[in-house]
Amino acid sequence: MLFKLTASTGQPLYVQLLQQIRHATECGILKHGDQLPGIRTLAEELIVSPNTVAKAYSELEHEGLLDLRHGSGAFINLNRRARLFTDQVERARRRASELVEQLREDGLRDDEIRRIFEAELLCPGKVVSRR
Amino acid sequence: MIDLPVIQTHRLCKSYGSVQAVRDLSLSVRANCITGFLGRNGAGKSTTIKMLLGMIRPTSGEGAVLGNRIDAPQESVELRRRVAYVSEDKRLYNYMTVAQTIHFTSGFYSDWRPETAESLRRKYELPSDRKVKSLSKGMRTKLALLLAVARRPALLILDEPSEGLDPVGVEQLLETLVTQSAEGTAVFFSSHQIEEVERIADQVAILEQGRLLKDVSLDDVRRCYRKIDLVFSSQPNERDFQLEGVDSVQTSGCQMRVVCNANAEDVIERARALDASEIEVGPISLREVFLSAVSETSRALV
Repeated sequence: MLFKLTASTGQPLYVQLLQQIRHATECGILKHGDQLPGIRTLAEELIVSPNTVAKAYSELEHEGLLDLRHGSGAFINLNRRARLFTDQVERARRRASELVEQLREDGLRDDEIRRIFEAELLCPGKVVSRR
Repeated sequence: MIDLPVIQTHRLCKSYGSVQAVRDLSLSVRANCITGFLGRNGAGKSTTIKMLLGMIRPTSGEGAVLGNRIDAPQESVELRRRVAYVSEDKRLYNYMTVAQTIHFTSGFYSDWRPETAESLRRKYELPSDRKVKSLSKGMRTKLALLLAVARRPALLILDEPSEGLDPVGVEQLLETLVTQSAEGTAVFFSSHQIEEVERIADQVAILEQGRLLKDVSLDDVRRCYRKIDLVFSSQPNERDFQLEGVDSVQTSGCQMRVVCNANAEDVIERARALDASEIEVGPISLREVFLSAVSETSRALV
C-alpha cells in the first residue's frame, strides 16, 4: 500500500494517513484481514514521526476499522463496516415494505408497483413527470 | 501521557559580556517525541544545547535534563551517560580508523549495541579501515551519528545534523532519527532545514535573539494555523485585525495578509464585516510560520 503524506496541506499527517487507509478499505485496495506494517516499519518507510502512525492506527482502532495485536501488527477489520451495512439494508427493507403496502392500499397492482420501482431506478423522477 | 519532560528549563540566561545569547528561556521538551529546534544563525540554539549538556554554565536560571540539574557537577555525569550528543563540529580523533573509533567509544558505555553499530556502519557505507582524517564531512557526520545511536541513549541531541550531508545522507539521517524515536529515545535536534523538521518532528521550538518565540505541535500548526489573503476596496487598517490568535498582519496597498495560529473564522468574519472583496484562506507551511514569527519579532524590536 502506498501512502502520500503532504507536509503543508492544513491537515495533520496522522489525519492524512488514517483517511488514506480508510479510503483504501472503501475502494477495496485493503480487504478484511489484510495486515498493515507495524508502527515502526511504516514510520521508517514514510520517514515520519512514529507518533504520526501510532495516532492514525489508534484512531482507526477506535473506529473499529483496525485491530491492533500487540507484537504482531495491525489488521484491517471490516466486520463492523459490514454490520453497519446490514443494518442499513434492514432499515431500507422495512421502509420499502411499508411503502409497498401503502401503494397496494391505494389500489395499485403488484406488477404496476414493480414497474414504477424499476422505472424510478432507471430514470429517476420520470415516472411522476410523465403524467 | 504523563511522562516527565526530558528537558526542562526555567528562565535560563547566558550572557557573554554585554551580549545576551539566551534570554529567559523556559522550555519543556517531551519524552516520546521528535522535537525540532529552529532559529536563525546566532539565535542561541547552540548556546542552549551546550548549557543543557553542562558544557557551559548558565548566567542565571535553571534547567534539568532527564531530571538531572544541568549545573550540578555530580548530576552532570549521570546526564552525559544517558544523553547522546552529535555536535556541530563532530569532534572525532583524526588518527583513528572508523573501526578503532567505534571500538574505542564502545568501551565507555555499558549498554553499547555492537549489532546496531555494525548495521549502521554498513548502511552508511563507512569503510572500517579508513582513517577519520580522510573521511568526508558527510561521513564524519554519519560516524558521529552512529556513535551516538549505538549507545541506546534516553535522549539524543543533535546540533545541525544534516549539514554537509548529501540528499541520500539526509534521508538516512531522518530514517535513523525515526528509528530512534520508535525505540523510545527522545530526539531533540536543531536545523536550518525547515522541510526536514516539518517531515519528522512532532513538536517545534523556535528561538530568536535568545528568546523562545514558539513551542508548538505540528499537528496544531496544520490544524489551526492559516494564512488569510484579503483584498479591500481601500487601504485596510491593520489595527482592525489585532484579534486573538493573529500572529502577523502585513499590508500592501489594498491587499492584506493575516497569519493566525487559531480563530481563522474570527478573522474571516471581521474581513466580511469590513467588506473585503476577496477572502482566501489557506494552510501555512512551517517555513512561513518561522519567517512570520521571526519578522514580527524584528519588527517589534525596531
